[in-house]
Amino acid sequence: MIVPITHFLILSAILFSIGVVGVLTRRNAIIIFMSIELMLNAVNVSFVALSKHLNSMDGQLFVFFIMTVAAAEAGVGLAIIIALYRRRASVNVDELNIMKW
Amino acid sequence: MEIILPQIDLKSIAPILVLSIAAILVLLIGLIPNKASKSLYYYVSFLGIVAAAILTIKQFDNNSVSFNGAYIVDNFSIFFNVVILACSALVILLSESYIKQEDINFGEYYCLIMFATVGMMIMTAGGNLLMIFLGLEVLSISLYILAGFKRDNEKSVEAALKYFILGAFITGFLLFGIVLVYGATGSFDLQEIASILKADGSKILTDPMLLLGMIFLIFGFGFKVATVPFHSWVPDVYEGAPTPITAFFAAGPKAAGFAIFFRVFLVSFKELDLHWVKILWILAVLTMTVGNLIAIKQNSVKRMLAYSSIAHAGYIIVALVACNNMAMASVLFYVVAYGLMNIGAFSIIILLGRKGEENTELEDYAGLGFKHPLLAIVMTIFLLSMAGIPPLAGFVGKFYIFSSAMKSGFVVLAVIGVINSVISVYYYLRVTVFMYMKKPNRDFGQLCFSPYLILVLLLTLWGTFQLGLFPSNLINIAERSILILQ
Repeated sequence: MIVPITHFLILSAILFSIGVVGVLTRRNAIIIFMSIELMLNAVNVSFVALSKHLNSMDGQLFVFFIMTVAAAEAGVGLAIIIALYRRRASVNVDELNIMKW
Repeated sequence: MEIILPQIDLKSIAPILVLSIAAILVLLIGLIPNKASKSLYYYVSFLGIVAAAILTIKQFDNNSVSFNGAYIVDNFSIFFNVVILACSALVILLSESYIKQEDINFGEYYCLIMFATVGMMIMTAGGNLLMIFLGLEVLSISLYILAGFKRDNEKSVEAALKYFILGAFITGFLLFGIVLVYGATGSFDLQEIASILKADGSKILTDPMLLLGMIFLIFGFGFKVATVPFHSWVPDVYEGAPTPITAFFAAGPKAAGFAIFFRVFLVSFKELDLHWVKILWILAVLTMTVGNLIAIKQNSVKRMLAYSSIAHAGYIIVALVACNNMAMASVLFYVVAYGLMNIGAFSIIILLGRKGEENTELEDYAGLGFKHPLLAIVMTIFLLSMAGIPPLAGFVGKFYIFSSAMKSGFVVLAVIGVINSVISVYYYLRVTVFMYMKKPNRDFGQLCFSPYLILVLLLTLWGTFQLGLFPSNLINIAERSILILQ
């Protein structure tokens, strides 16, 4: 039995939405960051599925680049979170309020 | 499936290679345990950028497409690359005194500016969505670090985290947009998408997948150029980042963002213009109005310039909506003019700052006109140019943009733009009022006039007048640069 393409796309859309909701509702910088990773990986699922569906390698190629970029982003992002933790001893984004309006 | 390796054409990417090598060289110089090596950073990075600019200019009218259409060297990308390189060079000149004063004189600073520049050059020259995405990420990741470069300063770290979280969040949307476009058309290549959309007309054009993908792409690009629903990072990052980096934010990445906006929407999605013109129309009105209205209330000059940069993005989007030849040329003109006056204004902010205290509140500018009349005049000229007072560069840019919008029949949009431009005069002149009509309530002390800073001021001042009085030179070059997109 072949799983139709729409199933993959719906799965990917659901994962992406979970990521978006996570970013919007969570307050811990690290959990927000994890939700963002979930969004990127949801995109990877659709890329691979579409690549198979369209019978072209381009989509799979893109996935490798997304993974590399996500890794680089993780490196920089965690470094920034650590720098913040050293100053504040907290990674709660609600406390990021020195600058307003 | 057979895989054919593309031809590797090193000549076309020579500017990027030179710049990358110079950036790595700067990192290696950091290993020399000698204090004197610190000034080398500066020279190596500046020379690297100049060399890259010379190589780029040599490619003008000598166009090529390499790496299977992934990297496009045409007059359009060359124009933007030269502008971007010029901005980076000016920012490096600005940085010298600032980063010594703030004790952040590390090689990584220059290295990251150069890698950000490489990212922008890849963006403008990218011929498919993969290259554009990669360029955007090289730029963004460098900027996340640069925004938080004063890592002992709470504001700077806060700016970096805010920028990082929002930037990564929007990257997710951009990628989702790319995957939807890929799903609908089966290709990332900008030319190929255009021909697919042209070929099978009505069926694919109403595909919700394609339309949703296009909207997500607008999210992603709109974030980079700071349009209104996606602008919330701008004021905080501009305020928290080191001031030369703020100048960089306002000039380079914005230009690159508009370059990809143009290339993607005018090349790939030309057939869909009925849809995106409407979206961008709303975006332009929101961006101009919100940017200008909030700028009125700001008491920090840095934050005021941040909101004004949002408003300026709105003016440029007006031209994108109008989308005729004159409008396209006027965008290229405006990007140059805006970059010049912005870097000029920020270099004065840098001049007035001291270690630990940035002195960016409006109150800090009180009485500048009496203590340092020359500085106050120069600042006034930059602000008037941003407000669009003739005969300065900003006026000509706005004039071209609004008249091209009228020409394409977007009269309401042009009127809203002009009203906004009038509103903006208020907050630009407010700084001037403080400089000339209030008594100084602080001691300006000894300002450190570094020769490089003076050079930047003179160059930007000359450029602001030159573009204002003799705009036709640049407009001619801009018209030659956009031929490729028609």
